[in-house]
Amino acid sequence: MKLKTDAATMRFGGLTAVSALDLEIDSGEIVGLIGPNGAGKTTAFNMITGVYAPSEGKILFEGRDMTGRSPHSITEAGIARTFQNIRLFSTMSVLENVLVGCAVRERPNWFNSVLRTPGYRKRSKASHDFAMELLAETGLAELADEKATSLPYGKQRRLEIARALASRPSLLLLDEPAAGMNPQESIDLMNFIRRVRDRFDLTILLIEHHMQVVMGICARMYVLDYGVTIAHGTPDQIRRDPKVIEAYLGVE
Amino acid sequence: MKPRNTLLTALAIAIAALALWFADGTLGSFAMRILNLSAIYIVLSLSLNLVNGFTGLFSLGCAGFMAVGAYVSALLSMTADVKEMNFFLEPLTPFLQNLSLPFPLALVAGGACAAIAGLIIGLPVLRLRDDYLAIATLGFSEIIRVLITNFQSLTNGAQGLKNIPRKATTWTVWGVAAATVAFMALLTRSSYGRQLKAIRDDEIAAEAMGVNVFRVKVVSFTISSFIAGVGGALLGHMITTIDPKMFTFMLTFNILLIVVLGGSGSITGSVVASIAITILMEAMRFLDGPLNLVFLKTDGLPGLRMVVFSALLMAVVLFRQRGLMGDRELSWDGLAKAGLLPRNKKGGMA
Ligand SMILES: Nc1ncnc2c1ncn2[C@@H]1O[C@H](COP(=O)(O)OP(=O)(O)OP(=O)(O)O)[C@@H](O)[C@H]1O
Ligand SMILES: [Mg+2]
Repeated sequence: MKLKTDAATMRFGGLTAVSALDLEIDSGEIVGLIGPNGAGKTTAFNMITGVYAPSEGKILFEGRDMTGRSPHSITEAGIARTFQNIRLFSTMSVLENVLVGCAVRERPNWFNSVLRTPGYRKRSKASHDFAMELLAETGLAELADEKATSLPYGKQRRLEIARALASRPSLLLLDEPAAGMNPQESIDLMNFIRRVRDRFDLTILLIEHHMQVVMGICARMYVLDYGVTIAHGTPDQIRRDPKVIEAYLGVE
Repeated sequence: MKPRNTLLTALAIAIAALALWFADGTLGSFAMRILNLSAIYIVLSLSLNLVNGFTGLFSLGCAGFMAVGAYVSALLSMTADVKEMNFFLEPLTPFLQNLSLPFPLALVAGGACAAIAGLIIGLPVLRLRDDYLAIATLGFSEIIRVLITNFQSLTNGAQGLKNIPRKATTWTVWGVAAATVAFMALLTRSSYGRQLKAIRDDEIAAEAMGVNVFRVKVVSFTISSFIAGVGGALLGHMITTIDPKMFTFMLTFNILLIVVLGGSGSITGSVVASIAITILMEAMRFLDGPLNLVFLKTDGLPGLRMVVFSALLMAVVLFRQRGLMGDRELSWDGLAKAGLLPRNKKGGMA
């Protein structure tokens, strides 16, 4: 099992943003996490990636207990993510953004960096090559020297994915990667995600607001509403689930 | 680096060294002191820029770290007789009384002690929200001043230290300044430097990308403290007297002013602003004395100079928030693009 959350619960004061979440994701799966606004999807990601320590419950990654570990050490362990509201490094170029993601494997220290030791040169060259490979893979290679925030929205989303891949994760969490895209762009993106999964041997958990988008790509999905898991199963099962229909009709 | 740029950099360094040699021979000692002071300000502003400009923290501890560096290095480099002369109220502790190190060692020791002080403050405070660093470093600077004033047998208290050997010569201060510039350029353009900038740009994203934000902040802050300590040590060995009153918040404010005016996150900006502001500060010294501007007469308003400079800072904040250079650098490629250099032909120099 790649990822397992064991009754993971997150409370903010009196509000239970996520209650007793039990995710189980196998290697190589693409799993969806859906639900209306404020359902607790992003909060679930924040627990898995260590931004918040769960109020209760456990996060297990490849059988190891990740509960309460810091975000950078969780990334080091092999979980990478993108953000719902894009968070690129705004003063850096496209390439540099990806290179920051490489650093967790490169592990530079300041002393060798300043002295440009042979070891440092070798490792930074390897990072550079890998970053360029990722940019080629995501169709951003020609834009390598552009300022990251000058890219159009859709490309910024792809860049965030490339940057996450730079840390060589085995589990990738995508927070509404198709947000703000039209249906055609969304379909392209989903194909892209599937390709990335195959190419880099990934397991993917992805949040999506719109059910239709995820239905095509996810073999299984979990549905949250007010922090509670109201359903999980295949797209067909989800589509027919009366609780899901109610939650979505209640919102839209 | 492109061969053209390497050549131009070598040329620029040679010209600067030549100009310095020429100035050293022709300018009076007062003018030379101001020129050398600007070299020390380059060191100090780069120290602050590393933390505030490149790592996106907000430290106000410059004066405190300088004081540590200045006192430690002075106590180590003065000879036994000079120490005896200084400590006439209460003798210096015997251990230090008989210890006299060569200047380069004293300089490094000053920086190292400042770095240790930085580590001691950084470890607890850098885990907290960013505003706490400003408060903690400000507090530290004041505490250091009080300690120096009161530890008579270690620091000679309010009398300060006099007759520190004048070891910070033109070549020493400019050599250290050049080394600091080179260090900063190499650091900020490395994989490690990219982590600093990632924290500055977006701390949450940096941490999510696997940057050990806390650790990198501590390293940046400690290196910066070291450099500030070295700057303080140079200052003491240039003007040959130090006392606790030198290291007030005004000193930190001056350095902050240079960093902001030059552009936080710009090395060349700090260099240019250090030289320009140090010279301007001296040139405007007349403002503090009696003024006679035909329509405006005063009998001397000490502090008017600082008023003018504070106004300058406010003007920058209002009209050119990102300073002279923003976070960009003066570079040969940039100059070439602006048409100030002959175009770089494809294929380089060959
Ligand atoms: N740091 C926080 N402090 C307090 N409340 C929070 C915090 N983070 C999230 N919440 C609350 O938790 C609930 C779930 O928020 P979350 O962002 O996880 O929803 P979401 O499913 O991602 O929604 P959306 O589709 O709008 O992104 C919301 O009511 C939100 O206001
Ligand atoms: Mg969300």
